[in-house]
Amino acid sequence: MTATHADYRLSQLDQLEAESIHIFREAAAEFEKPVLMFSGGKDSIVMLRLAEKAFFPAKIPFPVLQIDNGLDFPEVAETRDRWVQRLGVRLVIASIDDAIARGIVVDDGKTSRNRLQTPTLLNAIEENGFTAAFGGGRRDEEKARAKERVYSHRDEFGQWDPKMQRPELWSLYNGRLHEGEHMRIFPISNWTELDIWDYIGREGIEIPQVYFAHQRRVFERDGMLLTETPLNPLREGEVVTERTVRYRTCGDMTLTGCVESTASTIPEIIEEVAAARVTERGATRGDDRFSEAAMEDRKKEGYF
Amino acid sequence: MAMDLLRFATAGSVDDGKSTLIGRLLFDSKSIFTDQLESVEKTSQDKGHGYVDLSLLTDGLRSEREQGITIDVAYRYFATPNRKFIIADTPGHVQYTRNMVTGASTADLGLVLVDARHGLTEQSRRHAVLLSLLRVPHLVLCINKMDLVDYSQEVYNKISAEFTAFATKLNIPDLEVIPISALQGDNVVTRSTSMDWYSGPTLIHHLEHVHVASDRDLVDVRLPVQYVIRPKSDDHHDYRGYAGQVAGGVLKPGDEVMVLPSGMTSKIAGIDLFDKEIPEAFPPMSVTVRLEDDVDVSRGDMISRVKNAPEPSQDIDAMICWMTNAPLRPRQKLAIKHTSNSARALIKDIQYRLDVNSLHRDLETKELGLNEIGRVQLRTTKPLLCDPYSKNRTTGSFILIDEATGVTVGAGMIND
Repeated sequence: MTATHADYRLSQLDQLEAESIHIFREAAAEFEKPVLMFSGGKDSIVMLRLAEKAFFPAKIPFPVLQIDNGLDFPEVAETRDRWVQRLGVRLVIASIDDAIARGIVVDDGKTSRNRLQTPTLLNAIEENGFTAAFGGGRRDEEKARAKERVYSHRDEFGQWDPKMQRPELWSLYNGRLHEGEHMRIFPISNWTELDIWDYIGREGIEIPQVYFAHQRRVFERDGMLLTETPLNPLREGEVVTERTVRYRTCGDMTLTGCVESTASTIPEIIEEVAAARVTERGATRGDDRFSEAAMEDRKKEGYF
Repeated sequence: MAMDLLRFATAGSVDDGKSTLIGRLLFDSKSIFTDQLESVEKTSQDKGHGYVDLSLLTDGLRSEREQGITIDVAYRYFATPNRKFIIADTPGHVQYTRNMVTGASTADLGLVLVDARHGLTEQSRRHAVLLSLLRVPHLVLCINKMDLVDYSQEVYNKISAEFTAFATKLNIPDLEVIPISALQGDNVVTRSTSMDWYSGPTLIHHLEHVHVASDRDLVDVRLPVQYVIRPKSDDHHDYRGYAGQVAGGVLKPGDEVMVLPSGMTSKIAGIDLFDKEIPEAFPPMSVTVRLEDDVDVSRGDMISRVKNAPEPSQDIDAMICWMTNAPLRPRQKLAIKHTSNSARALIKDIQYRLDVNSLHRDLETKELGLNEIGRVQLRTTKPLLCDPYSKNRTTGSFILIDEATGVTVGAGMIND
C-alpha cells in the first residue's frame, strides 16, 4: 500500500508542539546557560511540559527560575513545587523581598510589586550568568507581544528595542550575543489561550486549582474582582462577597482579577474560553491597565 | 478529524484595505474581543476619526500608533471550526521587502490585495514576485473594493487576466482570484449577493479548504540533528538519541540511513516521541531517532537515505535578500546559519541584482543595498548539507549574520 499525503497530516496542536520542541532544543544546544522562567501559571506549566518532552528520557538540561513576589496564590506555589520535584530540575528562587533587603530594588511604597519584578529578574539573570531565559509569552496575549520575536534580544540593561529587532526567518533562530547581553526565548509564541487549554486537556497535566471554578471571598476594584487577602487591604466602600469564580491568569494576587464562572472541568473551561468576548489580560490583569502601552513599556525595561 | 493549521502572509498597504480585511476576518470569525474593540473605538474617537479604524487593532507599538505606520511583521491568530490560522501581517511602508520576506518565509499561502479601481500596481507585482521567490505554494489575489466599481465582472476579468499572465513568469503552483469588498463583507466570510457572475469560493472558504499537506516533501528524507540526547542515568544508561525536526521524507524503524557529512550508514533502531515509540516520523514532527550502530553523530549532522542525500558543499549559489543599511559587497565575511549548522561564509561574487518590479537582472551592480535581492556566490568554511530551496524550504534556506554586531543581515535561498 502506498501512503498518501492525507496519511501524513499533523493536527495544529501537534504542529505547535513540534515547533516549540524545536525551539527548546535549538536554544539548549546554542546557549551556554539557559534558564526557564517558571511562575506555576498555566503557560509556564505547558512550557515545562514541552521542555520535558524535548529532552526525554534525559532530564531538562537547565534550571528553572522563580521570581517570588510574596504575593503568589498558595495553590500556585504548591503546584509549582510539585512540578519541580517530579521533574528533578534545579529551582533558582529570586525573591523581591530579598532584593529589597539587599538594596537592589527600592520599595517606595507606591510602585506595584509587579513593577519590582523586573529589576529582581534582571538581577537574577545577571548574578547567575544566565544567557537565555525561556518565557511563556504568547503573541495573542497583547499587541506589543504580537510583534516580538521568538528569540528576543536584550541589551546589557535587559532592555527590549522593538524597532531594532532582528529579522526572524524560517525556523532559523539567531542566538548571537555580546558580553552581558541575554536572549529571551518564547517557545509558545504561536499558541493561543485556547491552544493552551486544549493541550492541558489532551495531556492531562496538572495545573493550579485556582483555574477551576471555586467559592471565593472577593471584592470589586476598578471593574475587577479581587480576592480577599490581608496582603490587599480593603479601601473605603469596598465590600466582600462570596462568589463562584475562577482565574484566567495567575499573577500577583493583589492585581489579578478572577471571573465569575462555573467551569470546573477542562472541557467546561475550553467551552468558556471559546465563547469569551474579552481577552484574558483585558479581563483580569490590573498590571496591563495603566495605559494603552503598559505592556510595551514594561517589556522595554526587561519584563517577562 | 483534528484541526489543522494554515500559515499565511498578507501583503498590501493600508490603502488597499488590508487592515480592514484582516479586521473583518478576525471580527467575523469572532476573534476580536470586546475589550480590544472598545480600546480601538475609544482611540479612533480621541483621534477624531469618522469611523472605527480597524488598523489600530494591528498596530501594536506606541511609535506605530504615533506615526500611523506599521513597523514590523505582526502575527495574528484566528480559528474556524476546522482550521487554525496564523497571519503574518507585513506592512507596506517601511522596510517593505525585508518584512515581506520574513513573513513569507514560513507561509503556506500568500494573500495579495489590489484595489479594483486601480488594478495591478507595481507594488502588487512586487508582492507576487517575492511570494514566488520565497516559494509560497499558494497565492490568493483579492480584488478589493468591488463595491466601488459596481461589482463589475469586466473589471474582475481584466485584472484577473492581467495577473494570471504575469504569474506565468513566476513559480506560483496554485492561484485563486477572488473579488471582494472587505468593507461591505462581500465574499470574505459571507457570499456576495451582488456578484452572481462569480462562482468561485469566498476567501474564508478558500483559506479553510486549500490543501497544504501535499506541499511537504515526503520522499527525500532529511533530519537535521539538533541535539544528542544522552541521559547519563542508571535507567537509560545506553540511550543515545538524535533529536531534530523532520525536514523531509518519512522515517521508519528498520530504514537504512546515511549520516552526513561522515557518510556512515546504519539502520533506524527506533523513533521516540517523548515516552512513546512511534512507527514513523514525517515533517514537521520533532522526534528522537536511535540508530542500531554506534556511529558518531553530532549537532549539525544530517540523517538521510543512502541513495538520496544532500550534497555536502562549501560553494553555495543562492538568491540573497539583504536586510541592513551597509551594502553587501564581494570579499565580505559573514556568519552563516543553515539548519542546525553554523559556519563562516565569504562572499565570492555578486552575479546580478534582481529588479523585483520588472524581473530585470542588473549585471552591472556589484553590491546589494538594503531590501535588495540578488544572486550571490558564497564559499563556506565547512561543507553545508544543502538542497535547492525549490525542493526543500528548510534545507534550502539560510541566514547571514554580521559577526561584529550579531544582527541578522541576510536571508538566502539556495539555487538549483
